[in-house]
Amino acid sequence: MGMAEVMDTSIFGLLPQLPNDQPTNQTLTMVHWTDEERQAITSIWAEVNVEEAGHQALTRVLVVYPWTQRYFSTFGNVSNATAIAGNHMVRAHGKRVVVALGDAIKNLDNVKATYAKLSELHSEKLHVDPENFRLLGETLIISLAAQFGAAFTPDIQAAWQKLMAVVTAALSKQYY
Amino acid sequence: MSLSAHDKELIGKVWTKISPKAAQIGGDALGRLIVVFPQTKIYFSHFADLSPSSPQIKAHGAKVLGAIGEAVSGIDNVSASLSKLSELHAYNLRVDPVNFKLLAHTLLVSLSATLGAEFTPEIHLAWDKFLAIVAAVLSEKYR
Repeated sequence: MGMAEVMDTSIFGLLPQLPNDQPTNQTLTMVHWTDEERQAITSIWAEVNVEEAGHQALTRVLVVYPWTQRYFSTFGNVSNATAIAGNHMVRAHGKRVVVALGDAIKNLDNVKATYAKLSELHSEKLHVDPENFRLLGETLIISLAAQFGAAFTPDIQAAWQKLMAVVTAALSKQYY
Repeated sequence: MSLSAHDKELIGKVWTKISPKAAQIGGDALGRLIVVFPQTKIYFSHFADLSPSSPQIKAHGAKVLGAIGEAVSGIDNVSASLSKLSELHAYNLRVDPVNFKLLAHTLLVSLSATLGAEFTPEIHLAWDKFLAIVAAVLSEKYR
């Protein structure tokens, strides 16, 4: 029984919570962030080295899930851990991704609209399987844990996992 | 998916390094699981306190890491090493296997928080594969 091989994409437990008062259609679909969650996100973000975090996260995706190398055939050698870690294009791209994450963080109340064009780009031009957004979310969390150690508490991790789920949902929105 | 000789070497090296703190890491990983994925609480409804600082959570996390240590010792035949646990999960605990992936993730986060830069991408890969194999073994008798 190869159950563990099932690529489960369940984000149960990570779905955004809806507010209790819902006067408008927009607030019905808005993600609700508590003050603690906002604080957890912005306080970590203030200390993140954007280039390094991006490099770590993307390197890990390419090393830990090597089939993702299929998207980077124009980046030169991405066939082994050493090559990936030293690849300048991987580094630059990792930075670009985390810079874009900053846009979501600045627009926590409207990530979907913020990422509409990016979502279309990933679907129509880049043809990236949305599963990869989830994988990058996981490796970014692990990269943050490496940087922050015990300061990356369970509560802070939970806020960041929610952010990753919201970002993944927003990037997946324009796929059809 | 299988472990190369290099994977096994990396897994063993990390285990040797963290085994003095295994109980603490196990407790941390389980604490994170319950906070980050609150649906997992249903499996611990008999615990009085489900916070990360709970003695029951810490004790249970230590137990889980102990079992992982057994799997590391018997890494050439994880199925045999974890045979009893495999039966326990299949017939008694019946934890939905999706949760093994969630715990694997929080354990990788705990390892990363503990080891920092030493938790290299290659070590991350080896442990990700290893924990997937442990999960597969634990689910192997479910049906």
